[in-house]
Amino acid sequence: MTTQAVAISRLRRNRAAMLAAVALVLIAAGTLLAPVYASHVAHTDPFASNLSGTVQIDGLQVPVIQPNASGLGSIPLGPTLRSQYFLGADTQGRDVAARLLYGGRASLLVGIGAALIACLIATLVGLFAGFIGGATDAVVSRTLDIIWAFPIYLLAIALSTVLLTQGLSIGPITIDPQSLWLPILIIGVIYVPYVARPVRGEVIAVRHRDFVEAAIAQGAKRRRLLFREVLPNVIPSVIVIFPLMVATCILTESALSFLSIGVQPPQASWGSLVNDGQTQLYTRPWVSIAPGILITITILALNVLGDGIREAVDPRAKVRTRRLRKTR
Amino acid sequence: MIAFIVRRFLSMTVVLFSLSVLVFLIFFATPGVDPARRMAGRNATPANIAAIRAEFSLDRPLPIQYVTMMDHIVVQRDVESYTNRGVQVIPEIIRAAPVTLSLVLGASVIWVLASIALGVLSASLRGTIWDPLIMAFALIGVSLPVFWLGMVANLFTQQRWNDTWIFRWVPPLGYTRLTDNPLLWFQHLVIPWIVLSILYVGFYARILRSDLIEKENEDYIRTARAKGISECRVLLRHQLRASLITFVSLFGLDFGALVAGGALLVEVVFGLPGVGRLTYLSLAGLDLPVIMTTVLYGAFVIVIASAVVDVLYAWLDPRTRAS
Repeated sequence: MTTQAVAISRLRRNRAAMLAAVALVLIAAGTLLAPVYASHVAHTDPFASNLSGTVQIDGLQVPVIQPNASGLGSIPLGPTLRSQYFLGADTQGRDVAARLLYGGRASLLVGIGAALIACLIATLVGLFAGFIGGATDAVVSRTLDIIWAFPIYLLAIALSTVLLTQGLSIGPITIDPQSLWLPILIIGVIYVPYVARPVRGEVIAVRHRDFVEAAIAQGAKRRRLLFREVLPNVIPSVIVIFPLMVATCILTESALSFLSIGVQPPQASWGSLVNDGQTQLYTRPWVSIAPGILITITILALNVLGDGIREAVDPRAKVRTRRLRKTR
Repeated sequence: MIAFIVRRFLSMTVVLFSLSVLVFLIFFATPGVDPARRMAGRNATPANIAAIRAEFSLDRPLPIQYVTMMDHIVVQRDVESYTNRGVQVIPEIIRAAPVTLSLVLGASVIWVLASIALGVLSASLRGTIWDPLIMAFALIGVSLPVFWLGMVANLFTQQRWNDTWIFRWVPPLGYTRLTDNPLLWFQHLVIPWIVLSILYVGFYARILRSDLIEKENEDYIRTARAKGISECRVLLRHQLRASLITFVSLFGLDFGALVAGGALLVEVVFGLPGVGRLTYLSLAGLDLPVIMTTVLYGAFVIVIASAVVDVLYAWLDPRTRAS
């Protein structure tokens, strides 16, 4: 059996990790079916406000936004537990359950996208810095150290606020302030050092091993050394980090969106949905509670799966003291 | 030791300088848009834009812009908000700092005590049902989004159960200074402390447990056992003591990161007027002078904290002085 096959069969036997994987697949499927739910079950446009609409409950026409009992202000419909407005409405009269599914799309997309970017850039940076060594390595490592020293949320806030005013434009590429690319790029970039540092360490450890020396003795070119000899030995640790990275990125995205500097309206993510419900917390708590529960389940599942993958790839693995989530 | 301190503080200065350059580049040299327009906030007037261009000498070369920025932030300390004209940023930060410090200090007491208790308990109960149970709770703690946890806490302590004996003592959201009314200060902060510490309790308990278990096979533990010392004493006096070294260095960094602005989300949810909330209030209007200053302040705090941790570390453990 190959090492991969051994690892996969080990993972398969880990019941907690398999349960987590199933939960993740269900959540992902649910968010992918968001348009189906919105149009066929909830019969609503989750992005259009519906302040004067009504909904039929037990044969009665009930307004979505009701006048408050005290006569001051208004209060959105609570959970109906029926196909329409299952979890009630938000202040704009939009269906909370449908928005939850759409929000999950953005959260998962940003989380996975950012983690991919972080791992991709970090692998390349760590590979070259560790392999070339010398001055290149010194410069790269110091730069990574400096980004590492930066409190992660402050870095994200600084980048987001700067880019949210007018978006980003480098040469021919322009990114709109409303684009999902902005949080993906920002979160991806700030987590590069967290992956690049361990990758670099691994490359340095592998660089002088016998099989690399043997390849050099065969006259292998640098490109072959890097991508055929060293890279395959680094990939497993990147795979181990990846699910934990996705969890960290989703959590960061939700925090930024909660602070209104992550995913921008009209798009919504779980974090921005929690934020939307903040003003209604005491009257209609589900608007905020529901997305938070989904964030927690997703992060928990990713953490359990990540632990499972690590144990499968490296059974002697200890819970490493390496910090993925440095600050809140 | 002196040589180590000098060396560490020299490298700290280099890092501080690089961080300030990084902040400068983020705020003044991100490609594509006019930094003056950005600094003026979301609803900029032409007059404000012109004023900013003059204040930060944005028509001059980048090095001069950098020096001007640092002059405003560090030397003159007169950075002003453009969205709230006349509000000076640095006095605001100084006013907010004790709040953040109160929040983080209290939370850190809880997280240190609780995580040591849970980590030791979990390691010593290995093989029973309790160990995986404690670790499952620790994992849930690590997975909770703190701002949401804070809102759930508010829902129950401020409203749903506020009229029952459990939470009747919880005052409305806000803050009272320790010097004004110590009891009220405490009552305001207890719930935020617990909410802030939960992630760290989970995280540190997990690390401590695995570190303790790893130490199990060390020679000195076998020696201690061979001497006939009780299991409890081996665990607490030998294993735990060695594991605390990792614990302490992590603690220093986390503490620094929280004071530097990491406690932002908790401050926002509980309406605590700390440094993080100051940053938050300027987010809506994209009030960059305020954000820039709090970010730089946070970066400085964390770098200085990590230097202090290293020096303490070297003092405790002479082996680290060599490298």
